[in-house]
Amino acid sequence: MAEPFSVRDCALIAIATGQYAYTLSELRDRLEIVPPSSIYYHFWGGLLRPKFDNPEYQNDFAIWVYQGLRDKPLAERIALINPSEYHDLEGLRDELIDILEERIDESELLPWMKANQRFYFVRSQTVVFDTRVRLDTPERLGEHIPHMSLGSVFYHFIDARRRPPWGRDDFTHWVSGFGNGYAELVEQISQVDPYFISLVELRDELTYVFAEHMPGGRA
Amino acid sequence: MATLLEQYEQIVGTDVIDQLRQLAKLLGGKRIIHINSTKAGGGVAEILHRIIPLKHELGIDAVWETITGDADFFQCTKLMHNTLQGNRFDIPDYLLRHYEAVNRENAESLRGLLEEADVVFIHDPQPAAMIESMPARKGKWIWRCHIDVSSPYRPVWKYLRDFVRGYDASVWSLSEFAQRLPHPMYLIPPSIDPLSDKNIDLGPEELGKTYARWGLDPQRPIITQISRFDRFKDPLGVVRAYRLVKEFTPVQLILAGGGATDDPEGEEVFNEVKTSAGDDPDIHILLLPPDDNLTINALQRISDIILQKSTREGFGLTVTEALWKGKPVIGGDTGGIRLQVVNHHTGFLVNTPEGAALRIRYLLKRREKLEEMGQKAREFVRENFLITRHLREYLTLIFAVANETQDRIELL
Repeated sequence: MAEPFSVRDCALIAIATGQYAYTLSELRDRLEIVPPSSIYYHFWGGLLRPKFDNPEYQNDFAIWVYQGLRDKPLAERIALINPSEYHDLEGLRDELIDILEERIDESELLPWMKANQRFYFVRSQTVVFDTRVRLDTPERLGEHIPHMSLGSVFYHFIDARRRPPWGRDDFTHWVSGFGNGYAELVEQISQVDPYFISLVELRDELTYVFAEHMPGGRA
Repeated sequence: MATLLEQYEQIVGTDVIDQLRQLAKLLGGKRIIHINSTKAGGGVAEILHRIIPLKHELGIDAVWETITGDADFFQCTKLMHNTLQGNRFDIPDYLLRHYEAVNRENAESLRGLLEEADVVFIHDPQPAAMIESMPARKGKWIWRCHIDVSSPYRPVWKYLRDFVRGYDASVWSLSEFAQRLPHPMYLIPPSIDPLSDKNIDLGPEELGKTYARWGLDPQRPIITQISRFDRFKDPLGVVRAYRLVKEFTPVQLILAGGGATDDPEGEEVFNEVKTSAGDDPDIHILLLPPDDNLTINALQRISDIILQKSTREGFGLTVTEALWKGKPVIGGDTGGIRLQVVNHHTGFLVNTPEGAALRIRYLLKRREKLEEMGQKAREFVRENFLITRHLREYLTLIFAVANETQDRIELL
């Protein structure tokens, strides 16, 4: 029998690092020195900030390159980085720097071109707390998901990937402990891609996936 | 009568209020003190008037005190305010010495309270120097800067910085404002209160009266800019944009703002706007008392589109207010407007009167788009810029400051 699922919640707070960039070269240089929590914030923090259904680009770096430098090819390349694939923020940092350097090599002018707005590096602190809600079956978890705060959804589905077992969300990890009867549910949850949707949409999608696998079918 | 929390719950949802309750419970009896310079007037007092009762309802031991000062003190802090926002002039030395003396006196009278508090929020420059008189302070001291200090007059900032660097943390509204300091600089955007006179829902009868009161035609579209008569708000650009639109479609323009009689430049700009408007009966230039919040609320609600065509802006809470009322905003591509106006979603960012005119024409022609953007705008504010989010971040900050070296703070 698996341990009950402990529902936790989190709140993120942003902190100015004092570092900023006006050019692509500066962006590359600052990326070498900013703390990993800044890389995390600019790739994932957007989920806890204003977001729309069809944003052109998903992370802050791509948005700045497009809006500030008007370099669409580079914005597209950066936007394609899927942070879920990187269990380690240093790997994510390296990938981003590689892409910037590749672009810097392609153009003599671009590295020094001044953007029309600065890129401010921000980092974050996450405060995690226990809601005291305990759920003992996947069915109960499925019923509770629509009532979770967006902070809980973020903590268990996004932030979980930075914790052991690395790269996995808490829901698939916990439900998989209930044996083969839930294998399809586990598979469906793991296929939910959180990168292109808001947290409200993510909560709705998870609600739907759980409801589909519960006795009686769809909610 | 519903409690405040119940009223907010109706607006933001149960999960948001539950989260506040959980965070509040974890504070475990900590005493939190807010200090500013006035209980009446201004954005800081407005927000504290709501945040303190909310904290009380959440069971938090929160206290709000104000400092006292004489005319010279407030003259000095007004000069500080203006120079931190970029005006370039020096503050006479005698005023600075007086500022320090008044801070020492206030520290003395509040000493018992402040030394024992677990967390002290000091708002803006007026009480900032009190920390010097508190070497035996027990709790964390946080300086909350509500001002746009993106390009301060350096000598004045350097003077203030000597006090501010002694704090455990500071809080800024935007990254652009944060100055280099040897402590964590948290970023918390301001918020609006959906239950205040400025933002509360108004009935059709009240809105109907507004047309009559200001001689507006309910049948023709209205575009509005609410702002001081200040060059940075570009009211002349707004008049030009209106004229460019009017060549194609009937429209009325409202330019409404507080009278700035103590500001010579404000009066000059006001007169220029009047001259530029000429005798066009569809341009309504309204000088309103600063506390006429219900009128501003109604003017925003009867408008089809709100403009904030600033060339420089702090956060721009008038934009937030307009978005909350379900109005798309056409705003200048600057400061906090960029955080709120998302092209094609909540409005349009523009750089010229021509750009503004183009977007106004587009939205007046495509009414379905205007409606859709208005709805998105309201949801956007609901999720990001209401006072409940502001309060959550203040509570989160208290845990963050106590564990400033940790990226992840687990309160389990």
